[in-house]
Amino acid sequence: MPGTVETIKDTKLVEGKAVEGVLGAGKKLVTIYVMGKWYQVPAGLTITKALEYLGYRLVRGVGCRAGFCGACTTLWVKKNDYKLYSGLACQTMVEDGMYLVQIPFVPAEKRIYNIEELEPNGSVVLALYPEVTRCIGCNACTKVCPQEIQVMDTIQEIIRGNIAKAARMAFDCISCGSCSLRCPAEIKHFYVFQLVRRLYGKYIAPKAKHLEKRVKEIEERKYDGALDRLIRAGPDKWRELAEKAQKDEEVET
Amino acid sequence: MSGYPPEFRESIKIIEETREERLKITPPRVPLEEKEELLRKFHPDYKKEAKRQIKIGAGKGEYAPHEVANLLEAHSFLYMNALSNGVEIDLEDPDFDVDVLIIGGGGGGATAALWALYNGIPADRILLATKLRFGDANTKMAQGGIQAADREYDSPIIHFLDVMRGGHYTNDPDLVRILVTSAPFIIKWLEELGVMFDKEPDGTMIEVSGGGTSRLRMHSAGDYTGLEIMRTLMDEVLNREIRVLEFSPAVELLTDDEGNIAGAVLMNLETEQYLVVRAKSTVLTTGGFGRLHIQGFQTTNHYGATMDGVVLAYRVGAEIRDLDSVQYHPTGAAWPLQIAGQLVTEKVRSLGAQLVNTAGEAFVYPLEPRDIVAAAIIRECEERKKGVITPVGTCGVWLDSPMIEIIRGEGTIERYLPAMLRQFRRFGIDIRKEPILVYPTLHYQNGGIKINTNAQVLGNGGRPIGNLFAAGEVTGGVHGKNRLMGNSLLEITVFGRIAGINAAKNARNTNVGKLSLKHVYRWEEMLKEAGIETNVVAPMILPDYKGDIKFR
Ligand SMILES: Cc1cc2nc3c(=O)[nH]c(=O)nc-3n(C[C@H](O)[C@H](O)[C@H](O)COP(=O)(O)OP(=O)(O)OC[C@H]3O[C@@H](n4cnc5c(N)ncnc54)[C@H](O)[C@@H]3O)c2cc1C
Ligand code: SF4
Ligand code: SF4
Ligand code: FES
Repeated sequence: MPGTVETIKDTKLVEGKAVEGVLGAGKKLVTIYVMGKWYQVPAGLTITKALEYLGYRLVRGVGCRAGFCGACTTLWVKKNDYKLYSGLACQTMVEDGMYLVQIPFVPAEKRIYNIEELEPNGSVVLALYPEVTRCIGCNACTKVCPQEIQVMDTIQEIIRGNIAKAARMAFDCISCGSCSLRCPAEIKHFYVFQLVRRLYGKYIAPKAKHLEKRVKEIEERKYDGALDRLIRAGPDKWRELAEKAQKDEEVET
Repeated sequence: MSGYPPEFRESIKIIEETREERLKITPPRVPLEEKEELLRKFHPDYKKEAKRQIKIGAGKGEYAPHEVANLLEAHSFLYMNALSNGVEIDLEDPDFDVDVLIIGGGGGGATAALWALYNGIPADRILLATKLRFGDANTKMAQGGIQAADREYDSPIIHFLDVMRGGHYTNDPDLVRILVTSAPFIIKWLEELGVMFDKEPDGTMIEVSGGGTSRLRMHSAGDYTGLEIMRTLMDEVLNREIRVLEFSPAVELLTDDEGNIAGAVLMNLETEQYLVVRAKSTVLTTGGFGRLHIQGFQTTNHYGATMDGVVLAYRVGAEIRDLDSVQYHPTGAAWPLQIAGQLVTEKVRSLGAQLVNTAGEAFVYPLEPRDIVAAAIIRECEERKKGVITPVGTCGVWLDSPMIEIIRGEGTIERYLPAMLRQFRRFGIDIRKEPILVYPTLHYQNGGIKINTNAQVLGNGGRPIGNLFAAGEVTGGVHGKNRLMGNSLLEITVFGRIAGINAAKNARNTNVGKLSLKHVYRWEEMLKEAGIETNVVAPMILPDYKGDIKFR
């Protein structure tokens, strides 16, 4: 059926031979090494799917399968290349000659705080995470971030006390931990960024006044009578009024 | 480099050539009298052969997709893997003894945990058990936003009407009332916790439209609204030192000798050991069922969305509703296959992108309700043969995202859809310059366990099942047969809170008796009596993709 889950056609794994119909990306097999062990998989699979294809039942190293949760951090090297690469297994295609391992968990300690008692400034952050000041500006973090965050610059903004700026810069962080694994200063960026965002959201961003007003109205039971009547009136009335609302008309109850 | 295969080039060219003309028109709305037929012929929910009547339990006789019915009529995981094999579950000496057990670490579960704590349950008397990592949940994946009627031009009454209309008036009006009247309070609570909502410089919330909502009411945090809410709630749960047990899904509920719920049996996913939790109140917040791949559809859901909570509650007699209606999101990615089925947010259409077929025709008004748009796309593929056939034989239509940059100015996509832009760029596709190939995808569990306004799970004859609460996507009623975008992030926080408060209250007045798994043995007998022969074992816990190269 169109659009539904489809199996790759003809997937007989014959070493070196082309496999028909495998993705648009490449109609052949690639060799990968999972924790050192040699396998062949169709080109074009993501690392996550390649592992499953090989018979792994993933428990760690998988979550949303869509690039949102940061559970699938994976490290690899390639043939004739000294570099250690990292990325999200669910968003990265296998490459020929990849030596990979999934990181089941990034060890890090979250500091405990009472957000009600904090002030939104840099020294609060540095008091909870003093290692932030150890940043040596090597930029290893920024290079590995799958979310393209300027991680080093964000850390520098925090050191300078620019909480608001840092919070916005670090907004797209999915806590994959890749940066922290590489950081010579042993900073646990994702926890630091979480604190910074909460300080911003709670203390620096201006409050929505219309929200307070509406909450008060509801507490004072402003809508209770109308809702009682409306619910009692039943579906015909709901339909009539809902259509009116759709046309942007006033709704009287 | 384009991430699209050469086969697509010709049809992309047609999209480019017709763009200028299409910019001048508004695609046709589906006339009211044709809607019914369109749905009947092409919407997957209307396929009779895809459903059957459930043969057992409180929902006996109700229709559900085969994939759902299979799980509701399944053997007990614990029975098959332990009880029937002589593996002993020691109920006399529980591994955990708590006041409140919360099963499911998504947004609903985290909210329930916090509100149980706010209502006097000490942190070390609460246990939040979850299947994968804390926060690996559908909540994290929500991009669009969360609704609340908090502006002068809006009111809880209009919100109520929109929710009811969205659900075709099949919703439980009492639950909807709570949803809409709690909404502003909940947004304020989230604001106070530090959620970075999109705001004007003076603090006014930036609120946009969503399919089916008559007022601008959608609050967002970039296109990571769910992620931002989830991680803030998680941070607070951890700050409060509530105990969280990861990689430990519940496999069965426990009862006491009077048949009230008394906790659950969990399984450590890594060691496969069973853990007995005795609890005075138990809250189910296990989310939805996307990973059942109903009718073979791809899904937007996370890996653990396997309907476990419904299965567990069903075995202790919970009633269910609206499980026959499944929400398909009209625009799942159809290419690249690596992200097939993943969400292409409605915002892309709100910002101006049209849906276009291989003839270059914008065949449907892009902001029709979800079921209509989904059916219209399937019609292009199946009947009109104006869809793009991919190299693996799947089909899709074009969502003309470059229009956004023309209509709203260059940089709009980068500004409002950074997550989307990044996701496609990873596979060599620049959605500012090239259109997106889409096809409907399995998105949301509209129905679920029946609850009342106290978030108590309802059993036989609508009577609450003792000590059992539920909130979020696992429940049914709030959205009736169709949920509108932005109302489920709201639902999980509103009803997660109510479940937490009532679980706390209940725990203060409850003494749990002797633990029992009698209902599991009873369930297995019922299967026999009903003549059900099945190999299916549930809860499913995780889908089995071993050895497969299906792209899901
Ligand atoms: C891609 C996507 C986009 C969305 N966009 C929006 C949007 O813009 N606006 C909106 O309002 N809604 C949106 N939704 C819907 C919304 O995100 C979900 O309905 C909602 O977050 C569900 O929350 P929940 O807490 O009920 O479940 P979840 O957040 O899914 O959490 C359930 C948790 O329970 C765990 N669990 C499951 N089974 C067990 C078990 N047996 N034992 C222990 N734990 C278990 C799961 O692992 C998971 O952690 C979207 C959903 C998706 C998938
Ligand atoms: S900042 Fe670090 S933890 Fe966050 S997404 Fe980037 S690499 Fe991952
Ligand atoms: S990796 Fe660590 S030390 Fe290097 S720039 Fe980043 S934060 Fe600083
Ligand atoms: S599994 Fe969530 S980011 Fe890869």
